Amino acid sequence: MEPLRPSDYDDGSAPTRTAERPDRAGDGGDGPTLPRLGLVGWGRFLWRQLTSMRTALVLLLLLAVAAIPGSLVPQRSSNPNGVVQFRRDDPELFEILDALQLFDTFTSVWFSAIYLLLFISLIGCIIPRTAHHWKALRSRPPKTPARLNRLVGYREADAPGSVDDALAAGEAVLRRQRYRVERYGNSLSAERGYLRETGNLVFHVALIGVLGTVGLAGGFGYNGQKVIVEGQTFVNQLTTYDTFSASRFFDDARLDPFSMRLDEFDAVFNAAVDESSGTLIAQPLDYTASVTITEANGESVERDIKVNAPIDIAGVRAYLLGNGFAPVITIRNAEGQVVFDESVAFLPQDTNLTSLGIIKVPDGLPEQVGMIGFFYPSAIQLDSGALASIWPQPDNPVLTLNMFVGDLGLDDGVPRNAYALDVDDLEQVTGGDTGADSIILGLGQSAELPNGFGTVEFTALPRFVSIDFHHDPTQAGVLISSVLAIAGLIVSFAVPRRRVWITAEPSDGGTRLQYAGLARGEDPNLDDAVDRLATEHLDRLGGRLENAQPAPAASQ
Amino acid sequence: MENLASLSLVAVYSAMGVYTLAFIAFTLDLAKRSAEAPVSAAARAASRVNQTTAVASGSGGTAVLDREDALLPEAKDGSRGGATVYQRVAFALAIIGWVLHLAATLTRGLAADRVPWANMFEFGLTATVVGMGTFLGVQLWKDVRYLGAYITGFTVLSLGIVTVNFYVDVVPTPPALQSAWLVIHVLVAVLATGFFAMGAGLSVMQLLRHQREVRKTAGLKFLDTLPGASTLESLAYRINVVGFVFWTFTLVAGAIWAERAWGRYWGWDTKEVWTFIIWVLFAGYIHARATRGWRGNRSAWLAIIGFSSVIFNYTIVNLYFEGLHSYSGL
Repeated sequence: MEPLRPSDYDDGSAPTRTAERPDRAGDGGDGPTLPRLGLVGWGRFLWRQLTSMRTALVLLLLLAVAAIPGSLVPQRSSNPNGVVQFRRDDPELFEILDALQLFDTFTSVWFSAIYLLLFISLIGCIIPRTAHHWKALRSRPPKTPARLNRLVGYREADAPGSVDDALAAGEAVLRRQRYRVERYGNSLSAERGYLRETGNLVFHVALIGVLGTVGLAGGFGYNGQKVIVEGQTFVNQLTTYDTFSASRFFDDARLDPFSMRLDEFDAVFNAAVDESSGTLIAQPLDYTASVTITEANGESVERDIKVNAPIDIAGVRAYLLGNGFAPVITIRNAEGQVVFDESVAFLPQDTNLTSLGIIKVPDGLPEQVGMIGFFYPSAIQLDSGALASIWPQPDNPVLTLNMFVGDLGLDDGVPRNAYALDVDDLEQVTGGDTGADSIILGLGQSAELPNGFGTVEFTALPRFVSIDFHHDPTQAGVLISSVLAIAGLIVSFAVPRRRVWITAEPSDGGTRLQYAGLARGEDPNLDDAVDRLATEHLDRLGGRLENAQPAPAASQ
Repeated sequence: MENLASLSLVAVYSAMGVYTLAFIAFTLDLAKRSAEAPVSAAARAASRVNQTTAVASGSGGTAVLDREDALLPEAKDGSRGGATVYQRVAFALAIIGWVLHLAATLTRGLAADRVPWANMFEFGLTATVVGMGTFLGVQLWKDVRYLGAYITGFTVLSLGIVTVNFYVDVVPTPPALQSAWLVIHVLVAVLATGFFAMGAGLSVMQLLRHQREVRKTAGLKFLDTLPGASTLESLAYRINVVGFVFWTFTLVAGAIWAERAWGRYWGWDTKEVWTFIIWVLFAGYIHARATRGWRGNRSAWLAIIGFSSVIFNYTIVNLYFEGLHSYSGL
């Protein structure tokens, strides 16, 4: 058994197990019944418990179980809308689950407790092992055991020649098989596969590296989202982001000055026909956002951002995550003055980009006006009279608007979602059950607003993209740690650690040889390895192997 | 294009047919072994000693024993002993089925003009071809034909489910999947799944064998002709460890791809959560193998739970859990 491993470590290489040793911690020999543990003793006892294999295993399994709720319940981190929806659907259950931190599973107290304990246990395990391995790397193979025939792959052979010749040849063979060799009297002791433990330690240290990098560098990250319409320019300032979230140590000064203008957005689709329904299916092939980046030094460059191909600008990485249409809507009051003239991002609702948008006109009209608009890039009229889009490109763009008047709720200082219209204090005046038809506009067309409010015009049809800007200083550290972890893992599984011995005794007319091995860790091929060693050795000496006997305690 | 895709489908159905025959033959083989297995434990032990010495005296353990119970494969270390006629037929059928299966996978890839693992149907098709290939390949190294019924049965079932329920026509790759990581990440996931499937089969056999060794349960006498529980355990471990390395790579490659595509390498998306859970379960399995009191049955259960989670991840999580790995249109 490997020393300095947890007391319940069992690699299967020790066929006869000694009973668990009584805990040696304590203040030394008082009372034959129960040894009293002092404070230090208790500390040691708890530490040994925490760093035992069994505890590590239980914590690992707990970690797996504790992660499950994170996939069953929407998480604030990955699916905030799902959390809002959950609260709306079932407020009572929401309260209970939220108290249990189930909507923040991976930052919850209980999940954190499990992985922190696991990593403490891990550190407590690998520190002594690293020290031990460091010593083992610089020490000679241990003395040859007295009785080889109790070990794996035990073999006997006779060879001509002297003991010294046999051992010299044995040493050469062992070295060629990359063993570290030491001669003790008439025997050779050899060990190889130190890389196994090295790989194992590298793997575990790399895991600590992942957690450490996320814990330390993660505090400096930030990310923000911005909808940019064709022709518009985004300036990298905190206030210009639509949404922005930053970690603990973030401050505004970290935002490097640059601007990004969306010159053009291009979408390519493939047309296929659904054989069962005969309808046209749009299959997206490519999205390209052509942008012009201007950095602090005033230099401008043109770049393309694609899905799966983000670009790096001044310490942040920009990702193309969404796109859609942003119709320009111009509203004039009864006097013909422009009171609203903006491109409004309409959010896609289906694969043919039927899109939903919200227009809010707080000032300039007799009352505050809100509109819920639907946009159809390639509109057709269904038999029911309703409109539908049959293709995601703007072949026949049509906009329909349902108008509401009343209080938009913008004046009480509470932040409102730009993509939702709170109709509680509004009265609908077109569409739905009002009796008045929705306003329907083709590109370039205009229509009268009800109540003599003025006119609305569908002026232009640019596209928009949704860009995510990320600064994540953990990436390099996590990537390096992950690569090291995989390398360590492969090495620790692929390299067998084993000891082998050759003893030589003078016999009538030659030398009597014995071979045997000892596995240190999983090593199902040890028997073959001893066989290979003996065969090669005897080939050199011109000796002959006796019938192999199965080892009495083979670790099969 | 269209023709190749339908050709692929014909090959899938043919492979399923041949696999079904192989499954029947493998099952008959197990039944025959049950019928011929030595009745008493003593007789079994005696025959094993005879075999062991006979094999040991032959070179390399490939001696053919000219005895009645030599029909049963050598039980100590899975070295190639004799096989029943059923088993030979079954194995030949499995090879034929696999060739058809491989042809189906390749033609599907050619029809789509990309790697054949861009949707659930293709993943299922490729994962089973890898699982079956692992089974046939391991055969060159260890005799594991006793797993034939499990592997062929599982493959036929999986192929049936993915072909009937998950089949989609060949469509162009959407922008979200246009990445070299599609090739790497999913291929390694497929390999890991194949190895875990095989490992789980061995762990099931190990548990059954242990049950029979310790409790002397009646029935399933073919288990006596299998290698011992600890040999099965060791074999399962070596295969699961390969699966674990692949799975670790899947997780890391997936994170790298997620960074390119979604702007973050890890975001606890439902699929990421389950990939993590599976990774931790198999890490637990490997630690269990090195923990006193957990070697043997308990670690075998962990391997089985781990593989069940892989299947759960592929089916339930893909289809019913909301997340970024969306397969709602399959």
